[in-house]
Amino acid sequence: MSSNEAQTARGRLSFNRFLIPIAVFMLLATVLAVGVKHSPDVGVIHSPLIGKPAPVWSLPLLADARRSFGSQNLRGQWYVLNVWGTWCYACRDEHQSLLAIAQHTAVPIIGIDWRDDDAQARSWLAQLGDPYATVATDHDGRLAIDWGVYGAPETFLVNPSGVVLFKQIGPMTPDVWQKEFASRLPPGLARGHS
Amino acid sequence: MIPLVGAHARRLLIGACACVLVLLASAPPALAIDPVQMPTPELQARYLALIQEFRCPVCQNETLADSNEDVAGEVRRQIRTMLLQGKTDAQIRDYLVSRYSEFILFKPEYSLRNAWLWLLPVALLALGTVVALRVIRARAALVGEDDDQEDGDLGPRVDSR
Repeated sequence: MSSNEAQTARGRLSFNRFLIPIAVFMLLATVLAVGVKHSPDVGVIHSPLIGKPAPVWSLPLLADARRSFGSQNLRGQWYVLNVWGTWCYACRDEHQSLLAIAQHTAVPIIGIDWRDDDAQARSWLAQLGDPYATVATDHDGRLAIDWGVYGAPETFLVNPSGVVLFKQIGPMTPDVWQKEFASRLPPGLARGHS
Repeated sequence: MIPLVGAHARRLLIGACACVLVLLASAPPALAIDPVQMPTPELQARYLALIQEFRCPVCQNETLADSNEDVAGEVRRQIRTMLLQGKTDAQIRDYLVSRYSEFILFKPEYSLRNAWLWLLPVALLALGTVVALRVIRARAALVGEDDDQEDGDLGPRVDSR
């Protein structure tokens, strides 16, 4: 082997010695950065329903189980669908926020009482106040599965064409309402008529 | 065996281990969570296969078949309803994915979007092999260079391996 070749070999070795580990490190850092960025909250399932038509639903009313209520009754209008239950602690947390929001907006908040006892639900609303325009009951989770609900509370925003615009997983807060719901509503509706 | 504990403690520990083993051995099969009999053996087989295929929406690492969460029970019932309606396995899969995203698939779909995830380990192995080969060759070249040193081609060398 001539000295020239040996020198090139040595040159290549030191070149590799620095470049390859740096390249590998950069690759790994990129992969990890993307991974971290895309999982801000482990366990949160992002809804594939966003931007799609809301599932058709019809459920008995809490006030009168013989009458049913559903997407038919809400056609052509904005509505907020809030899935809750008296067994759900976080629903108690968000209740004050819902009451405040209901006072300031003209958009009806439809309550879906999920997997609950009707009498308990009625006394909960009597005690804590009722932010809902209408409450329907989902005893066996039919609507919940159809809407991809996996924990209460969850709150959806549906536009007049029946398209789901946003889904809040976890308690509603005034902050979330301002940022994610009111900002998507036409100004008149967001502020309400009161 | 366990040098830091006395004979008595050791016997207790062995007893505890035995208890755990007995409990594990007598654990009921997962199906007992929600015993279901579909009208035909064919539907029953498809039902049992399907509930192994999906993840319980609120659990990180449990199939619908293994979970006693309420939500898992509701999804199982939805699957039964759809099977009885004559829906195909693919229709049921599409329905659940369109509601809960691919998260609900216990074994994620192999798609163009996540292909890199599957191929990355293979690519890294290939890359590692190439790097290793090049390093070995380069080192072999240096050894050859050492042999040439007697010819006086190169000056005195400090680094030696």
